[in-house]
Amino acid sequence: MKPFVLNVALAAMVMSCASSTASRAAWEPVRPVEFIVPAGTGGGADQMARTIQGIVTKHNLMKQPLVVINKAGGAGGEGFLDVKTSANNPHKIIITLSNLFTTPLATGIPFNWKDLTPVAMLALDEFVLWVNAEKPYSSVKDYVEAAKKAPSGTFKMGGTGSKQEDQIITVGIEKAIDAKFTYIPYKGGGEVAVQLVGNHVDSTVNNPIEAVAQWRGGKLRPLCVFDAQPMAYDEPIADGKAWKDIPTCKSQGLAMEYLMLRGIFMSPKATKDQVEYYVELFKKVRATPEWQEFMKSGAFNTTFLTGADYAKWIEAEEKRHESLMKEAGFLASN
Amino acid sequence: MEELANLFHGFAVALQPYNIMLMVIGITLGVLIGVLPGLGGANGVAILLPLTFSMPPTSAIIMLSCIYWGALFGGAITSILFNIPGEPWSVATTFDGYPMAQQGKPGEALTAAFTSSFVGALFAVVMITLVAPLVAGFALRFGPAEKFAVYFLAFCSFVGLSKEPPFKTIAAMMIGFALAAVGLDSITGQLRLTFGITELLNGFDFLIAVIGLFGIGEILLTMEEGLAFRGGKASINLRVVLQTWRELPAYWMTSLRSCLIGCWMGVTPAGATPASFMSYGIAKRLARRGNNFGKGEIEGVIAPETAAHAAGTAALLPMLSLGVPGSPTAAVLLGGLLIWGLQPGPMLFVEQKEFVWGLIASMYLGNLVGLIVVLTCVPIFAAILRVPFGIIAPLILVLCAIGAYSVHNSTFDVMLMLVFGVIGYLLKKCNYPLAPLVLAIVLGDKAEEAFRQSLLGSQGSLGVFFSNGLVSTIMALGLVALFWSAIQEGYSRLRTSMA
Repeated sequence: MKPFVLNVALAAMVMSCASSTASRAAWEPVRPVEFIVPAGTGGGADQMARTIQGIVTKHNLMKQPLVVINKAGGAGGEGFLDVKTSANNPHKIIITLSNLFTTPLATGIPFNWKDLTPVAMLALDEFVLWVNAEKPYSSVKDYVEAAKKAPSGTFKMGGTGSKQEDQIITVGIEKAIDAKFTYIPYKGGGEVAVQLVGNHVDSTVNNPIEAVAQWRGGKLRPLCVFDAQPMAYDEPIADGKAWKDIPTCKSQGLAMEYLMLRGIFMSPKATKDQVEYYVELFKKVRATPEWQEFMKSGAFNTTFLTGADYAKWIEAEEKRHESLMKEAGFLASN
Repeated sequence: MEELANLFHGFAVALQPYNIMLMVIGITLGVLIGVLPGLGGANGVAILLPLTFSMPPTSAIIMLSCIYWGALFGGAITSILFNIPGEPWSVATTFDGYPMAQQGKPGEALTAAFTSSFVGALFAVVMITLVAPLVAGFALRFGPAEKFAVYFLAFCSFVGLSKEPPFKTIAAMMIGFALAAVGLDSITGQLRLTFGITELLNGFDFLIAVIGLFGIGEILLTMEEGLAFRGGKASINLRVVLQTWRELPAYWMTSLRSCLIGCWMGVTPAGATPASFMSYGIAKRLARRGNNFGKGEIEGVIAPETAAHAAGTAALLPMLSLGVPGSPTAAVLLGGLLIWGLQPGPMLFVEQKEFVWGLIASMYLGNLVGLIVVLTCVPIFAAILRVPFGIIAPLILVLCAIGAYSVHNSTFDVMLMLVFGVIGYLLKKCNYPLAPLVLAIVLGDKAEEAFRQSLLGSQGSLGVFFSNGLVSTIMALGLVALFWSAIQEGYSRLRTSMA
């Protein structure tokens, strides 16, 4: 009997030592983690952040609560500056959209993505060219012809925000087909889609999730997707057509590609352990059925990048935004 | 008839004990959220949203929408008792509600507010039940020009009716516009009037301004007037509810008008705030005792509350049928729908019948439950006014500070609130009306945005505001409202010269 008890006790001691060294090596949050959304409530980034929060809570993926906080001021500048000034605070992460690049370039606020610590790319959001289903043009070719025929500046493109992704794509289309649009900025993507249904604008470049309901309701028609290859989802949405059946714009003679980053960054000066913790966390989030359902409903491009690959991708994308915005004349004057 | 069958099925869903329990919890939480200025319905719903992910979608939306009703009810409480509107749409309620409370009639004011809220909501729900598809189509006709026309009407119906000289009203409104311009210009994407100060990136939040101008300003005034809180002799007795109820039917005309204004504003979607202001303005113009508005007239409480609640409820219709939120809270609920895997839009009514009708049924029941909960609490709320000022004032100050902080989790906002408090005190001393200033802060940037979107679309031609029957009618109404006193005077002069 005795040796057995001793053995068990020894084993328990060894085990506890092992586990304590393990927990010392891997970092874990010790207080609630703030999850900053540099955009308003109800938008695409906000929805994603709240979905993640729901998944983390439901599957108990974190010991500390994850708290979503919207800091939308100055096209998200408020949120970025908040994280930038929180160096050495590993309890703060931020979800980004393209305003990671566009906001500092357009407004001149003192911020660059290099001020933050990159964690992971969660997904890329697609952009689709939409027109009202009542309109006669059913292909990109018809659309381009109609846009070119309209007197300069009378063809209206609706989009979310000013000097941000939607307007960058609009400028890209103008260049590609040599026509002049009037870009009208609205506050949110859902509003933009409805303005198109009401024929107050002629076309939009809404994200799939913003316009899918109107597509299914037979009010809007997708013409092409601004990606290098068609989207992956083959479940029929409307009229027996699936996301997969939407051709790429390039294949239809409209040479413009654009994808929007849905990525995670954390505060400056984070250690390797801390970054690793969040990377593992998001790997777990991505494995849940809720996340996959969410990806499908928004027809997201599910590329996942971390570490050096992620940083390299951001760097290339930053250069591209800089040149796109410079060409369009969107850079801040100072 | 199919709708009716669906609705009864919806009642069956909503009446499950689990859902009724969620309703009561939701309403109670909502009232608390509404009472705390700053922690508005949108924030409250956003904070509680993740909790609902493990519930079935119908139960989740029932609970969240009940929080929303609760917040709508709760916003009236602090407006009436302390002159601190907890929500933008309760600002107009303070104009007559607070004077009533000071005259020792807080019970009457609260009862009138709660009951009218219920009436407004009920009217809107009936409208949603009967004519949802029709009304949803109407909302599609609202482009930027039509939206601007609605805001224009809201401003105009306000300028002429102030007791103060119109130029003081306009001056106050202009200060509001200037404050609303701070932050990001959403049309050009440039920062305006921030002078490189990071805290100003977000502009001046309406709530901070209101908590300061009304709440802190009021405390400063009361201190000057000798630390007396004038609601002391408030009767605290449930009978006051019945007494007020006997009075209310006399104002059916105001109620009906406010219901219609509210539904219209909610659907378009301009929201509950312009609805409450517009309804108050029009009631003041048309009511028999209109001149007495602002001195504690019960009709001045009925009009804005009815319209605000009707609009708040009607705002859910465009959210469900078009996917466009009619209010910030509706925007958060919309996010919730997507997370639960429900796609708002034209197909929701077809594909998710149980969910949609369960929600509509819960609007009926939730408002009823809400009314019962808040009415039984009227004596308790009214009794708060019996607490000596020396005790209650610090509590209000703390409440205001927490409220201001919780808007953006920023201590800068608390400082800002104090500054606004001093400004509010000075403006009151100089007899400048605060309401137009607040109205301009709330609607200023939205009006500007709609105006510039319209002009972008029309290549700079102002003709866009008279380009179709709908927009021309609203603009003409606005102009009539603006020059109403001049028109009236001209008319009476014409009559005397004719005679």
